[in-house]
This record gives sequence, structure tokens and C-alpha cells, in this order.
Amino acid sequence: MTTIGKTAVTVPSGVDGEHIVAPTPTPAPANRRRRRQGRLTPYMLLVPSLVILAVVVGWPLIQLFIMSFQEYGRAQVFGAPAPFVGFDNYVEILNDGKFWNVLIRSLLFCLVAVTLTMVLGTLIALLMTKLSKFFRLLVSVGLLLAWAMPALTATIVWGWMFDTSHGVVNYVFTELLGLDYIGHSWLIDPLSFYLVLTIIVVWGAVPFVALTVYAGLTQVPEEVIEAAQLDGASGFKRFTLIVFPYLRSIFLVVFILQVIWDLRVFTQVFALQGIGGIREQTSTLGVYIYQTSLANGEYGTGGAIAVITVIILMAISFYYVRQTIKEEV
Amino acid sequence: MSATTATPARVISRKRVVSAPKRVLSTVLSTAAVGIFILSVFPVYWMVQTSFQPTSDIIGSRVQFWPENFTLRNYNTVLFDTTRSEFLPALGNSLMVTIIVVIVALIFAFLASLAVTRFRFKSRKGFILAILIVQMIPGEAMIVATYRLLDGWSLLNTIAGLSIVYIATVLPFTIWTLRGFVDGVPIDLEEAGMIDGLSRAGAFWKITFPLLAPGLVATGVFAFIQAWNEFLLALVVNSRPEMMTLPVWLRTFQIANGTTNWGGIMAGSTLMAIPVIIFFLIVQGRMSSGLVSGAVKG
Repeated sequence: MTTIGKTAVTVPSGVDGEHIVAPTPTPAPANRRRRRQGRLTPYMLLVPSLVILAVVVGWPLIQLFIMSFQEYGRAQVFGAPAPFVGFDNYVEILNDGKFWNVLIRSLLFCLVAVTLTMVLGTLIALLMTKLSKFFRLLVSVGLLLAWAMPALTATIVWGWMFDTSHGVVNYVFTELLGLDYIGHSWLIDPLSFYLVLTIIVVWGAVPFVALTVYAGLTQVPEEVIEAAQLDGASGFKRFTLIVFPYLRSIFLVVFILQVIWDLRVFTQVFALQGIGGIREQTSTLGVYIYQTSLANGEYGTGGAIAVITVIILMAISFYYVRQTIKEEV
Repeated sequence: MSATTATPARVISRKRVVSAPKRVLSTVLSTAAVGIFILSVFPVYWMVQTSFQPTSDIIGSRVQFWPENFTLRNYNTVLFDTTRSEFLPALGNSLMVTIIVVIVALIFAFLASLAVTRFRFKSRKGFILAILIVQMIPGEAMIVATYRLLDGWSLLNTIAGLSIVYIATVLPFTIWTLRGFVDGVPIDLEEAGMIDGLSRAGAFWKITFPLLAPGLVATGVFAFIQAWNEFLLALVVNSRPEMMTLPVWLRTFQIANGTTNWGGIMAGSTLMAIPVIIFFLIVQGRMSSGLVSGAVKG
């Protein structure tokens, strides 16, 4: 069935003017980039997605943007006119020490969490390539269980494990390791709050990185690595010079997604604050936007923070976006 | 490391004779594997085992690593205690929303990824760029506008309203992943089908669609997880007790009691995590390889 189709599409054997033409074999993989000049079809195919994105994301986004230039508080929610105030909201935020604290905290957290996640995930993936079948299965089942835990559930469970009076962590530290952790409160001190938060977030994110990188590693041709091995390249060199460049696009996608997710982290921070911890000293950008907008009713200011967050995320992922668009030519 | 920087002679015999350093290395690696397994699974185990303990043991003076007085009372409380907002309706809401989101998002994303991979058209790049950017917008930021949108359409506290919002939320990532898979199905197959008399739509449907099964599974699971776990939007948009989803229900459970009922929370958390865990274990292999082909095909 397919062969009939293929020969008909490519140049068939036969007589072309004065020459006898041999059948051209189909250059199969090269054809992948060939795309049709559909007239209306592609637009029709995009209509459902475009409509829902425009209505549910586009429209609120425009409103958010407008709102960030307005004085928009509780009164405006109930129908009072919203006067335009120019860049007042932005000026207010950028002059607010609290915002800068939140921003720096979020960036630092993102940096630490993403680095840890990427390094641990990659190491586990590399380990998996060296393991026997049984241990590899053991590791993947463990990773999948951690990955499958909903963020909210995971946070509650970790919160329970770090509980001041009945948590297993304090118990183990005190009873088994002989340290004095009786009644130690982990969430009160912002620094150890962030320690717990980092554990929760990294624990939940490592499986995604590890399994994706592992799947990528299985696609690196073995001969190349063996050749390098014969040439005497050390494990580290083989990774940096051969494996990494080969998996560059995977690492880039995973990295950018981690940055986006960790900088926007909401559920884990919010839920952990609900268990213990001081909001003022532990909020990240996501939670701060939520508090400013919904809890305090300053929607204009909250909108401005949101716009700034989007700009920061876009700046961070600019390289990736440019690269992707370039490849799409 | 000495085993890996080998002389050619050793490489030849490598497969048959296991040298001593190699055996040590493999023991170390296996130990590391067990360590990773324990670290990954321990919180899950702790959640489940706590959920089977009576409250007196949970907050007793000694921490139990195994439920010594095994009880199902916590599950009983969670499932049938009607003094607080109920589990079963919340489960129903979560299931409904998630199923709608997965189905609709997959169909929409399938169509869109066909458009992006199979056709050249004006503003194709613009669409891809938009999809990338949409993923960076924090949902918390748009919540007020979203609330007002749903309010305007009288869709607050409805399954439909929450589903629509979730579909839009998962769509960019779904299209993004799926287009890698569609790109992986050679266009020649479709063309062959068309020459055999199928219409273009028929070729998509009868040839490309079945070949996309792994891709659809991988993206479907992502949509499932996001819809099942989403917490904030559901909290704000479906706040009425009978319209709550599971994450929102779980939180009210936590607050409803003055003193935290850890046994109940752990039972509730377990019940909420079970469907996701089952789903994950079923599709495990396909998912990450799917992610990779999605990422590599760019």
C-alpha cells in the first residue's frame, strides 16, 4: 500500500525526454520538514485552541495589563470606576522594600532548587544507565511514586514529617542520632522553612528530570561513547564532551521548564505556610501576588507585580525562545 | 574509574569476566539505587502508614514506623463523616473536571499540532511563540480577571467553568508536547493514504492518529495531573462546598478542625494520590520517552 504511494509521489522510473531515468529512492527522514501550503485548513485546525486561549488567557491577560495601570481595589470590584494612574503601581512596587525581598528570595530559591534538581536528576539518570535491570526498575518505580504525588499532598506529608512535636524527622534526629531536636520547630525560622520547602520541591521535581534525561541517554549511540572510552576519555569528559552536547536540547527544555515552575512556585509555599511559618518572611512571587491581589484587595498593584514577573520569566527564557523560533524557520 | 579507562585487551574481555573493581563499583551503584528508592518512597510510605494509625498513636509519645494498632477509622471519617464537607462529591467533581479536560485538551491539541507540523502558513511562528509565552504567565496573576470572566457567564461554581479554565491552562503544554509526536509520524504515510483514496482528514484520522497513541498517552497524563492537582483556581472559582474539587476539600479538612486531625488528612491525601499513582504506573515507560521525542523534535 505504502510503496504504491511512495513511487507515485517521487520521480518514477521511465523516460524523461531523451534520458532513461532510474527510480529515485525516497529520502525518507529529510522529507519530514516538508510542509504543505494549506489554504484555510491550518487555520480551521487552530480555531478551537485559539478561541479558548484567546478567551480564557488572552482576555484576562489584557485586563490584567490594563489593571496594572489603574487604581483597582475592592471598590472597583464592586463597580466603581477605575481611574488610570499611569505607572504609579509600578513605581510603588519598585520603591517597596518588601517586593525586593520577595523578588530576591524567589530568584535565590529558584537558583538553588533548579541547580539541585538538574544536578541530582542528571546524576540519577546516569546512574540508571549503569544499573542492572532489577535495580533500574526499583529506581524508576520510586521516582514515579514521588512524581505522582500531588504537590499539595506532598507538602502536607512533608509538613507532617517535619512536625514539631510528632514529626518523624525530629524523632529520628533525637532518638536515633542522639541530637537534641525535641520540639524543634522547622517552619518558624525562614531559613529552615526554605530548607524544608527546597526538599519538597526538589523531591517532587527530580523524577521528571531524571526520567527525561535517562530516556534521552538511551538514545545516545553507544558506539560514540565506546570510541571515546577507547581514546581514554574519563567519565566526566565523556559526559561534558559527548553526552551533554548530544542531549543539549533536552537539557534546555527541562531547564527552562524548571525555571518557570520554580520561579512561579505557589502551592507548596502556600500550603507550607498554612502548616506553619511566617508569611511575611517566606512568600515567593506567586504567593505575594495572591496576597496583594486577593487577600489585600489591591488588584492594580498585584497586576503590576504579575506583569513584572512575566517580564522576568521572559527575559530568563529569551535565549531558549529565540533558539526555538530560529529552528522553526 | 580504573575499570572504565581500560586497555583494549580488557575491553575485549569486559563482557565475560567481571573484574574485582567492577564488582565493587556495581555494589556501590546498587546501594545508591536502593538509597534513591528509599528517599523517593519514604514520604509516600509515611503518608499511608500514618493513615492506618489511631489518633492516640499518631500523637503519642513514641513515633511508630509501622501501624501497631491498625485501624480504618481515619478512612471511615474521611469517607462518611458528613459533619464537614464531603469527600465523595469532591471526588465526583474532580473526576468530571479531569475527564473533560483530558478529552477536550487532547482533541484541541491534536488539531493544533497538525496545523503547526503539517502546514506552512502565515503567523505559524507567531502561534508557536504565543504558546511558549503563555506558559510563563503565573495563574495567580490572572485569577481576578478569570473570576470576573466566569462570573459574567454565570459559570462560577460549575464543572463547565472550571473545565474551560483548566483546558486553556493545559493546552499550551499539550500542544507543545504533541507536536513533537506528530512530527515523528512521516508525512509520506499520510500522502500514501491519500493516494489510496482517503481524504486529507481521513488520512489524519486513520493513519496519523493511531500512530500517535504513545504521544497522546504522555500528553494526556500531563493534562490529567494538572487538572487533578490544581488547587488555587479551584479554591477561588468553585468555593461552594458542593462544587469543591479534591485539593480544595483536603484543605478545608485541615482547617475545619481546631487541632489538626493528622490521621484524617493522611487518609484523605492517600485517597487523592491513589488515582494519580495508578495512572503513572500504567503508562510509566511511554511517558518519559514521549517527553524526549517531544523535546528533541523541537
